Amino acid sequence: MTDDRITNRFSYDEIARLVAPGSHVLDLGCGSGDLLDLLRRTRGVTGRGVDIQEEMIRACLEKGISVFQGDLDEGLKEYRSQSYDYVILNETLQMIHDPVYLMNEMLRVGKRVIVNFPNFGYVVNRLQLAWLGQMPVNRTLPYEWYDTPNIHFCTRRDFVRLCDSIGAIIEAAVDLRRNRRVAGIFANFAATDCCFVLRKQESRV
Amino acid sequence: MDASRDIVIPKEFEFGSDDDVLVLESGRPFGPITVRYETYGTLDKAASNAVLLLHAFSGDAHAAGYLSGEESRPGWWDSMVGPGKPFDTDRYFVICSNVLGGCRGTTGPGSIDPASGAPYGLSFPVVTIGDMVNVQERLVTRLGIKRLLAVAGGSMGGMQALQWTVSYPARVASAIILATTARPSAQAIAFNAVGRNAIMSDPRWRGGAYYGHEPPARGLAIARMVGHITYLSDASMHAKFGRRLQERDEFGFDFSDQFEVESYLEYKGGTFVDRFDANSYIYLSKAIDYFDLEGKYGSLERAFANAVSKFLVVSYTSDWLYPSYQSKEIVVALMRQEKDVSYTEIDSPFGHDSFLIETERQGRMISSFLQTAQRGEEER
Repeated sequence: MTDDRITNRFSYDEIARLVAPGSHVLDLGCGSGDLLDLLRRTRGVTGRGVDIQEEMIRACLEKGISVFQGDLDEGLKEYRSQSYDYVILNETLQMIHDPVYLMNEMLRVGKRVIVNFPNFGYVVNRLQLAWLGQMPVNRTLPYEWYDTPNIHFCTRRDFVRLCDSIGAIIEAAVDLRRNRRVAGIFANFAATDCCFVLRKQESRV
Repeated sequence: MDASRDIVIPKEFEFGSDDDVLVLESGRPFGPITVRYETYGTLDKAASNAVLLLHAFSGDAHAAGYLSGEESRPGWWDSMVGPGKPFDTDRYFVICSNVLGGCRGTTGPGSIDPASGAPYGLSFPVVTIGDMVNVQERLVTRLGIKRLLAVAGGSMGGMQALQWTVSYPARVASAIILATTARPSAQAIAFNAVGRNAIMSDPRWRGGAYYGHEPPARGLAIARMVGHITYLSDASMHAKFGRRLQERDEFGFDFSDQFEVESYLEYKGGTFVDRFDANSYIYLSKAIDYFDLEGKYGSLERAFANAVSKFLVVSYTSDWLYPSYQSKEIVVALMRQEKDVSYTEIDSPFGHDSFLIETERQGRMISSFLQTAQRGEEER
């Protein structure tokens, strides 16, 4: 098991718990393939990753993970509908130019979507903005505003509203404060990171 | 003589003189066929570590090492093939053969037709990428290899690698596909057509029957110049030559002026005619133009429907001969067929030739990919 508390990343063990054994997984923004590697070892998944950087492609190949070098902003139009059990977007949503488009694409391609993001509504972010009057820079959001890959921040509540508006049903949610679980009712205040399992609402005929 | 050099001894394999003739894609039976090939490394007891390299248009069986102590340059992919290199000859048994229709030891239009006792010339049959692969299959079978750990090649070699996964799916564990296309574009065909025209317009070509006479060296040199342009890029030519003049600093306002790029092309064309046969240029470029997996099987997805190999597809940003979008078409068709495929686009300024130059970057990926393929075979 990896100890995610020493890093800023969302607990891979928590994500792994959300994935049914033996399923077929597409990991968007897969980085060096660590999450897929963990899912393969602990959940027996098959799957592939997508990343935009050559070093990440190389790192995935070194782990024996199949990977496609591509830009998520181009969407998933080449992927068949419902061709994966899970499409995972791990700590990447806030970097996407058109998150709604990508969310809809993920819901089309995956039977389930697992997505996590830093919660802009986390109390420390609120205090930095409200009391110091400056953009939050802290352990979970380590970037200055002018030098950040994060272009679309949202709070947990914003995200739930988005799911509602695009017909995504929330099947499960995991809210973490520095990789320890926090209770759902306080989550928009207390969670540094939120993770949701979604599926597409059956279209009403 | 340099004692440290690995001297490679080319080998030959013959078939197709009796009942084992090769039926070409055109339907014509053809034989006998001699295949020139080289091998590096050692085939393991289970014959499970064989990697077949497929050479590009002007390449040959001499992929690595030196043929003699005096040879000035090693084989065409020596940077990738050898002990500790990506195609690690301590782990793999590496094979490379000259293609059917070539002029570097395998039967081609310059070979003697046993029926007439004279070189084939244009009576040599038109051959395809599929025919080349069928010849390689005979060689691999003769070497006692039921299943290749990998097929690998760039450009025309990549076409052969693709064809292997389609023609002999169960015999290819993995395929490394570099700087290639499943069907050359009109633009790519156009450049080949100019090359063929240059050769055929040379009066010394004599309808292909120039053997025993002066060869159509000028036509072939021009064909090579055109081809060479398509292997480079705007950026690489700018970096290499700019607008510099050869041997003078200012224009002389006469036609003895040469830009450096001109003299480079002259040089490349001139050295090419010493090692290449004009008719082979015509036959091989035609084989490339005919290659069309999509047209042949109805769609790319259908072409790959029975493929079971693991794929690694690599394209290069500055390759305008077979641009990245054409590699992506291959990858997408494989993905949609649920095949195991990885794809990377290497950001490189060296144009189509990148696959011969970006050894370090592609090498690390190829090395990992091959090791994964080998593990997969062991678990099989």
